[in-house]
Amino acid sequence: MGLGAYVAVSAALFALGIVAILVRRNVIYVLMGIEMILNAANINFVAFDRFNQSAGGGGGLEGRMFAIFVIILAAAEAAVALAIVLNVFHLFNSVKPSEADLLRE
Amino acid sequence: MELSDRIFYPLVAVLGLGAIGAGALSAGGPGAAFGLFAWLVLGGSLVCIWERSVVRSAFALLGTFGGTAGLFLLLGSDFLAMSQILIYVGGILALILFGVMLTPPDLTERKLPRVAAGLVAVGAGVAFIAAKVAMTADWVQAAELAEPKSATREIGVAFVAAEEYVVPFELAAVVLTVALVAAVYVARRRTSDLKPEAGAEAEPRA
Repeated sequence: MGLGAYVAVSAALFALGIVAILVRRNVIYVLMGIEMILNAANINFVAFDRFNQSAGGGGGLEGRMFAIFVIILAAAEAAVALAIVLNVFHLFNSVKPSEADLLRE
Repeated sequence: MELSDRIFYPLVAVLGLGAIGAGALSAGGPGAAFGLFAWLVLGGSLVCIWERSVVRSAFALLGTFGGTAGLFLLLGSDFLAMSQILIYVGGILALILFGVMLTPPDLTERKLPRVAAGLVAVGAGVAFIAAKVAMTADWVQAAELAEPKSATREIGVAFVAAEEYVVPFELAAVVLTVALVAAVYVARRRTSDLKPEAGAEAEPRA
């Protein structure tokens, strides 16, 4: 399978993540969409890393290292985001992002 | 089961068979594996967006994360595939399920026209970009690839070598520590939540 196939899968996954964020009115779905988007970025990093090595380049690890750091930051982001979601639910009694509007008043 | 579900799920299944078949026809065994993993990734996220129940959506994400790990394996990054399964499936998905359990479901928030409109709009955009890229890019062909080899040892050495990634590695450790402590701090119950408020006996809390 060529690089184009991986990039196509990654683009579609990124788009589905955007749809999940835009379409569902629930904070949990926003988190799930963010995870989809980060996964799409990771597929791209690893695919380009693999196909870069074969082209006679240095054969470095850059793409994979980037993917590892993306995974690390995704883990930190998920923990903090869920703590915030729990607090928002505690404050507003709702999981709809549109109802957390204290700063507007 | 509603009518829309009865149309959607067979459609996803047929798409999966089509993806595996198309991959097998174009590149044999690896192509079929690619089709399977690509279908897991995209079908999982489609079901996640479609499903009314948050718990089912979270479990559909299992397909997305597992399929991504499979794609990493196909790309020859076994270490990344293992860490993907460990961290995403074992950690982040479990965290999301905790979030689901601690917040109430809202079964009425999914509106079918909104889902369809979102899928069509974003799908059209991606198709446009994919067509542009496919027509202009000149990428390496799969036949020119060297055999993938496991780079777990190289990754481990690169993390601690002074010339390479030791500073980002230590920074990541600090970031994780701060983020986890902060998460615990943000999510804690204040003591004022635990103490009954003055006059709370008169009116029970909603």
